[in-house]
Formats: sequence, C-alpha cells, structure tokens
Amino acid sequence: MVGCGAMRLASRAPPPTTHNPQPSAVSRIIPPILQLQHLTKRFDAFTAVDDLSLDIAAGEFLTFLGASGSGKTTTLRMIAGFERPTSGEILMEGTSITPLPPFKRDINTVFQSYALFPHMSVRDNVGYGLRMRGVPKAEIGKRVEEALQMVQLGHLGERAPRQLSGGQQQRVALARALVNRPRVLLLDEPLGALDLKLRKEMQLELKQLNKRLGITFIYVTHDQEEALTMSDRIALMRNGKIEQLSGPREMYEEPVSRYVADFIGETNLLQSTAARRLGGSAARLTIGGREFDATATKSWEEGKPAWLAVRPEHVYAVTSGDGSHWLPVRVVDVIFTGVITRVHTTVEGAGSLVLHWPAEQPAPERDATLTVTWPVERGRCVGD
Amino acid sequence: MSATSRAAKPDWLDWVRARPRVRTFIGAGLPVGFVTVLLLLPYLFLFAHSFFRLTNGRLTHELTLENYRRLFGTPLYPNTILFSAGIAARVTIVALLLAYPLAYLLAFKVKRHRNLMYMAVIIPLWVSYLVRAYAWKIILGQEGILNGFLQWAHLIDQPVAFLLYSKWAVIIALIHIYTPFTLMPIYAVLEAIPPALKEASQDLYASRWQTFRHVVLPLSLPGVVAGCTFSFVLSMGDFIAPGLLGGNDSALMVSNLVVSLFGVAFNWPLGAAVSVVMLVLTFTLLWLANKIETAMNYAGAPARRQETAVGAVGAGGLRK
Repeated sequence: MVGCGAMRLASRAPPPTTHNPQPSAVSRIIPPILQLQHLTKRFDAFTAVDDLSLDIAAGEFLTFLGASGSGKTTTLRMIAGFERPTSGEILMEGTSITPLPPFKRDINTVFQSYALFPHMSVRDNVGYGLRMRGVPKAEIGKRVEEALQMVQLGHLGERAPRQLSGGQQQRVALARALVNRPRVLLLDEPLGALDLKLRKEMQLELKQLNKRLGITFIYVTHDQEEALTMSDRIALMRNGKIEQLSGPREMYEEPVSRYVADFIGETNLLQSTAARRLGGSAARLTIGGREFDATATKSWEEGKPAWLAVRPEHVYAVTSGDGSHWLPVRVVDVIFTGVITRVHTTVEGAGSLVLHWPAEQPAPERDATLTVTWPVERGRCVGD
Repeated sequence: MSATSRAAKPDWLDWVRARPRVRTFIGAGLPVGFVTVLLLLPYLFLFAHSFFRLTNGRLTHELTLENYRRLFGTPLYPNTILFSAGIAARVTIVALLLAYPLAYLLAFKVKRHRNLMYMAVIIPLWVSYLVRAYAWKIILGQEGILNGFLQWAHLIDQPVAFLLYSKWAVIIALIHIYTPFTLMPIYAVLEAIPPALKEASQDLYASRWQTFRHVVLPLSLPGVVAGCTFSFVLSMGDFIAPGLLGGNDSALMVSNLVVSLFGVAFNWPLGAAVSVVMLVLTFTLLWLANKIETAMNYAGAPARRQETAVGAVGAGGLRK
C-alpha cells in the first residue's frame, strides 16, 4: 500500500517542512517556488481573478478553496499556462513564466476529467510526457513502471483507459503527471468523480505523496472538508480574491469573516442589534437584548452589521446563567447522528442556533427551553 | 371473442385498431415492403440477369457464367473499374486535403460564428447536384468563365479546349461535389475531442505540432476513414458528372459503362454482371471501412456516429 511505501521512503525524502501553517515562517527557510503577483483575469465584463497575490513555498500543500465562480480554477489554469493573465505576473523561483506556453513549464496537472488519452494504453499515457521530452527509451520504461507501482497499477499497464474504473483512471492521471518529477503539481478537483470512501483514501494518499516526494501540490476544490484534511495552507477564494489565507486549524478556529465562518464547517451566526469595540481585539455585541463579548475580526468595523460566530461544539446548556453571558433558546428539533446529537433551537430576535449535545446526558425534549452559553474566547465578531 | 360484432361494424379502421397483430403487420409491413419492392427485388433481378444468356440480341432465361467470364476476360472491363477507382482515389485525396484543414479550423479556431461557417460549407449540398455539375460546364467551357479570365489576363490567346470534356473536368467537379461529404464526419470527430485532451498533451511538454501529431490526428482517424469512404464510393459510382463533363474519357467510368451496356448495347446480362461486381466491391469497401473504424473506436461514443455515417454512404450509393 502507499501508506507503507510512504513510511519506507520517508527516510530518503527530506522531512516535511511545512507543518507550520505560518507562510512567513516557511518562506524564511525556503524561497517561494511560485509567486503570484497581482494576477487578474477578465473574461469580457466578468472578472474571474481580481488582483491576486500569493507566495507558495516549495513542498507545501496549498489548496484553493471556494464556491464555483470564485476564481480558483482560473487561477490554477493561469499557473498551468492554459489561460494568460489579463495583468500580473507568475514567477517560478524568481523568474517570470507568465509568457511561457504550458509545454515549457516545469508544472504538471491532474485534470478533473483525468483527460487520459483514449487511444493509448495506460503505459503509453504515463510515458507521454517523458517521450515528448525525448527521454531515452530504457529510462522511460523504468520510470513508467516505478510510477505505476507507486499508484499500485503495475499490473494494468497494457489496459486502455476506458477499461479502468474511475478510481484507477484517477491514479493513472496522477502517475502520468508525477512520472515527470515536476517542481509543482496542479490538481483540479481530482477526486470529484469518486465515491466518498475512495475519496477519503485518496485524500490521505495525496497528502502522503506530497510529503514523500517533496513536490509542491496546488489543489483546487470546493469541498471544505477535503481542504481541511489535506492542506498545509488554504486560500479561501471569494469573487476572485483571497478571503482568508491560513492553515486549516486557524481557518476553522479563527475565521476572519462571516463568509469564511459559514463556508468552513458549521457555524452559528447570531445577528447583533448593536456592537461596539472595547479596545484591543475585543468587541461587545448585543443579541436578544443581552450583551456578549467576542474577538473582533478585521472584517467588522464599528457601525457596520455584526454577527457573533460560534461553532456548535462550543455551545453547551447550563442550569443557570452566569452574568449576562447566556441565551435563552427554545428547542425545535433533536437529531441523533451517531457520534453526536444535534439540538436545533431558535433564539428570539437573533435567528437559529445549533449545539452539540453530550452523548452521556439525556437529550432535551422538543419545545423545551434551555439556557445556553459558550466560552467567551470561542465567540468571534465578524462582519459581512 | 366478440369478433363477429366488431366485424359487423362498417368502419374498417376500427377493425384494424382492435387487432394489435394486424396493426403491427401494417406498421412494420409498409417500410419492409417499401425496401423489398424498391431495393431488394431490383437487386435480385439484377443478380439473376447477370446469369442469363443473350442470344442474337435476345434475352434467354438460360443460366450461364458467360457474362462473368467475358467481364474478367476482356481487359476493357477490369480496366474501366481500375480507371474509375483511379479517378475516385484522386478525388478522395484532394477532398481530404481540402476538408481536413477546413474541419480543423471550424472545430478549433472558429469561435464566434462556427455554426454559420459550418452551414456555409454544407449549403452547396442543398443545391441540386445537376446544377452544380452544369455550373462546371459554364466555368470550364470554351466560352466559359475560366477561359474568359485567362484571356482577359493575357495568359492565353485562344480559348483552351482541354479544360472541359476531360477526366480533369470530372475530377474537379467531383472534388467540389464531395468535399463537404468528406468534411462532415471529420468535423464531427474533431469537435467531439475534449479540449482537456489537448491541454493535457501540452501540459505534458508536447508542442502544438506534437499535440496534433500524437493526440488530435489519431483521434480523428475514424472521421477521416468515414469521410474518405464517402467521397471514394460516391465518386467511383458517379455517372452524371462524367456524362456531362467527361467527354470521351467518360466512357472509361464504370457507371457510364453500365449505362451504355443497358441503354445503348441492350446487353442487360453483361450490364448486370458489371453492376454485381461493382456492388460487391462497394460493399467490401464499406465493410472494410466499418472494420477500421470499429478498431479505432477508442472512446466509444463518437465512433458510433461514424458507423452510421458509413451506413449513410451505403444508402447514398444504393440510391444512385
């Protein structure tokens, strides 16, 4: 299995360098392999990518996450060379590759549709890039076999792509790109067509391949869970811009805006009727006539609408409220999902709120009234 | 059964409607009957006639292989078939050289008015075949447009006669008539190639030419085979363009030979034998083309369309 292979080969490859989600810390050690500078792409009147700048560290696993139309695929296609930026520069190790066609870039792509050549065997598909670069035949044969072994398809080399399952085709596409030992591997929603179980397996395999081979992975997906699972850093895209750039944990725990809080995981967004800054990074919000303190994010400015964002797993019921930092809620629905029980409630004047109920406690009845609270540091004050 | 009460009804349509088997028989019977009476029976007659003997200009229903013996024993007949095949081959090659780049441009380079451009290529097919053949008479004739132009440009002093009534006139007209037939299947196949395949090829270090050579061209071959089958089979069996434009050379086209054997020499058995040989050749070619296309059927779906394309050539050939 790839898992075992990763263990065995780990000693040969340099150790993973990018456990630190802070980009600055990484880039201080290794210069960025790719730099996107003020990238803009317009299609007629539509601006797909809007003045996007980003440094990508060598060996890191970076994910462009976003809804459809957010510009993530267009950004990837500009890096690959399939789209020419309207303005801006792409640098690879300090040298501009902006005017280069795709075939002159040391970058390979795994396509969403796999794009395997239907008239070639699996082996010929994988060897295509090496043949085009004029690598000697004997070496092509050797490297193709290695690549097929790596994705566990050594026995299927003579097959035609259409004779393979979706998962196998995906692996061929991966081998076809990796056999060229590119500096950067682009992956455009490569797991989108696979079923859930296979997708989970492949997520782990991709992550291990990234660490084992030391190749920079740039991944595009609309699946936030996938992004959280695999990435060193996530660039959350919205309207052609990066809304937040951070490690998965930071993005989950410290969303900078209402959009991010809503996009990543599940979040309760309680609208406040009034909010003011307390000094430092604290804000005081009024929700349902009660005052709550929360961490202010840069997406909110005093005088603008504010929401208090808090994750369902941080909300809990108490027998009596402490000070003013609690909310009365009415239970609307109780849903048992196996690991947790989700309790859906309504908050008068502030919308709905979901909390995760501890498994060891009896769940509340529908229409019951609860008093809920959360640790002050878990609440974030976000703007639109 | 209440058949008696229904049969008593005066309306015979009700009688039919009440009986699914009769309905099926009529529904399937019409097209089957159509094909049988207008296609299969004539072929059968033709086939039968090729084994009859002609004695003193009269047809005797006496079975013989004499016609086939004469067909293969006289150099004229195999030579005529070869000559026609040569004409058809030249038409096919030029039509392919014209159609492929045009189909490529339409499929990949034209973005804005693609359908309009495609229609512009196809529209000549809506003009009657005869009109198009006659048009070449006007262009190539001694008083024709081409001679007029050449004289006006002082390239020639006297009108040249060799343009019209030669095999070259036939070839030019046939190229004009059958190039759209060659283009259509090639365009269909090229258009069906997913853009991601070309991108993948370029992503894997292949230049534009290498991408064409290793990805686009191989994937378009089923369309090329279909298109070439179209133009080859149709132009080999053509007798109108040779009749109008070929002059003495037209006698060397096999279809015109058949026409004169039937209509001038009244040697129906020999004419039938030549026709049967041509039919066998044509079907062999179609079968072969279908085989090649099936063998190149990588993606599954697009090539299926081509199978019907070759089928259509068969039907077109039969209609002639």
